[in-house]
Amino acid sequence: MHVMMNHSLKSQCKVSPGTVISGKWHGNKYSIIKELGFGANGVVYLAKYNDTQVALKMSDNGMSITSEVNVLKSFAKVQGPSSLGPSLLDVDDWQTNRGRISFYVMEYIHGPDFLSFLQQKGKSWTTVLFLQLLNDLDNLHENGWVFGDLKPENLIVTGPPPKIRCIDVGGTTIQGRAIKEFTEFYDRGYWGLGGRKAERSYDLFSVAMIMINTAYPKRFTKTTGGIAQLREAIRQKSELIPFEKVMLNALQGHYTSAKQMRTDLLSLLNDHPSSIPKQSPPKAYSTVQAKPSQGSPPISRRHYRKKKKKSSWIEFFVIAAVLAVLYSGYIFLKLL
Amino acid sequence: MYTGKIRQILLITDGCSNQGDDPIAMAALAREQGITVNVIGVMEHDVIDEKGMTEIDGIAMSGGGVSQIVYAQQLSQTVQMVTRKAMNQTIQGVVNRELQQILGRSQTMEDLPPEKRGEVMEVVDELGETVELEVLILVDTSASMKHKLETVKEALLDLSLSLNARTGENQFSVYVFPGKKNDVEKLLDWTPKLQSLTSIFSQLSTGGITPTGPAIRTALSAFSQKRSLRSLLARDDESFFEESM
Repeated sequence: MHVMMNHSLKSQCKVSPGTVISGKWHGNKYSIIKELGFGANGVVYLAKYNDTQVALKMSDNGMSITSEVNVLKSFAKVQGPSSLGPSLLDVDDWQTNRGRISFYVMEYIHGPDFLSFLQQKGKSWTTVLFLQLLNDLDNLHENGWVFGDLKPENLIVTGPPPKIRCIDVGGTTIQGRAIKEFTEFYDRGYWGLGGRKAERSYDLFSVAMIMINTAYPKRFTKTTGGIAQLREAIRQKSELIPFEKVMLNALQGHYTSAKQMRTDLLSLLNDHPSSIPKQSPPKAYSTVQAKPSQGSPPISRRHYRKKKKKSSWIEFFVIAAVLAVLYSGYIFLKLL
Repeated sequence: MYTGKIRQILLITDGCSNQGDDPIAMAALAREQGITVNVIGVMEHDVIDEKGMTEIDGIAMSGGGVSQIVYAQQLSQTVQMVTRKAMNQTIQGVVNRELQQILGRSQTMEDLPPEKRGEVMEVVDELGETVELEVLILVDTSASMKHKLETVKEALLDLSLSLNARTGENQFSVYVFPGKKNDVEKLLDWTPKLQSLTSIFSQLSTGGITPTGPAIRTALSAFSQKRSLRSLLARDDESFFEESM
């Protein structure tokens, strides 16, 4: 979306560290620390407000600011931990001698982006993060939204403990409308695998493309397009093969909810514990696969299962005993 | 609630006009009739010269639209963004005029406190989703555009994919200039889908001249023909948007 980065917008919203942004309506003052990034609709800065760090997004396009604020406000109404997006702190205008600039202030979500995190911490985190992401998406979908512009750059891993968070709600669209903003590689329309209506399956397609992206950090462009090219891309990477079934389902729009995809991803891990990519280098990985004997992670997992089985038996007897007592009590009362 | 529609010309070119009417004047003429003119300048390895750039900006400015210079690879995303952006501008213009009527003076959306702005924005969003949209696409097929046409076709199919995801109706029409016999030639009559382009686009012959001005003039008449046809069928009132332009 960087093509739309208007030159005038960029220069007008360029402010240097130390600049104090004061709101026209609410009178709050924010001191700019540094630029965090810029996108199609404006520039995001790290700023200080009363000794707390906040993120401040400004744009000379007041429409997009208002639109994003609307999304964040509706997220705030959702119950539970605010994992959907950053929480909104303030909305205001900044009057400069060059004109008026709209801005909003949100919680500063700190951490590496999705791909950098995986690069630092290793592949064993991949599945954990995807399970978290699908959980958050399910929550978002249940509330009538579709994220739209889902891509690694819009996902930050905070922590510890590591937790995935979505930033940049510029593409977030009410279900049933046309997707507001997207990025080609993660867009099913680009690959010829569906339309651009905001549906749950639109986001799930993007999730599968992010999975592909973990194995192809530089991404790739469309040649033949369609499911054939993407299937081939999956099959060429050993770390993706275990997830092929789930990914193909998502790419072809077979999942109707994020929960469904999450369940499938989980059951994949439980059915084939050895297929979880390990942190060890690829060479070691293949030897483990060749000799599926004494690897410690699979053993501990089996152990866990046995324990679980035992505890479920105990559970059964306890329930049976309670029922028996209750029933005999009932009979006893009836007889009296 | 709103019966109006948004009418746009999308000009895709790679340089300067060299024949006929002044395209900037023609764009101003379009604006007077409530038609927005957007321009996309397509570059490849070459850059568009200063004169071409000035003209591209000039056409969009006097046509009340959006202009953008891009490399051919970015064309798809740009085409849909430019169309949407211009559409939102038009809607915002309409909403602002409504606000002025209600609030008086020179009040616009931006003069409202941020809290109120959100509610107005919801109206703007809703309109953007449901409004009827007519886009006439004007493609420069002069010699230098020849090897970019495949990319242009892709971008147009992509545009129809984006816009057809909306609830509102869309009508597209495609004209190329220069045509085989005339300055401008109709390639595709008004249709809700651009898919039929696939077969036609390969038949394009490319000439040397770039009659951008006459092309815009012809485009304008395509809009008015459509309107008169429609008024024969049903007595369509002057639409809300046309009125308020």
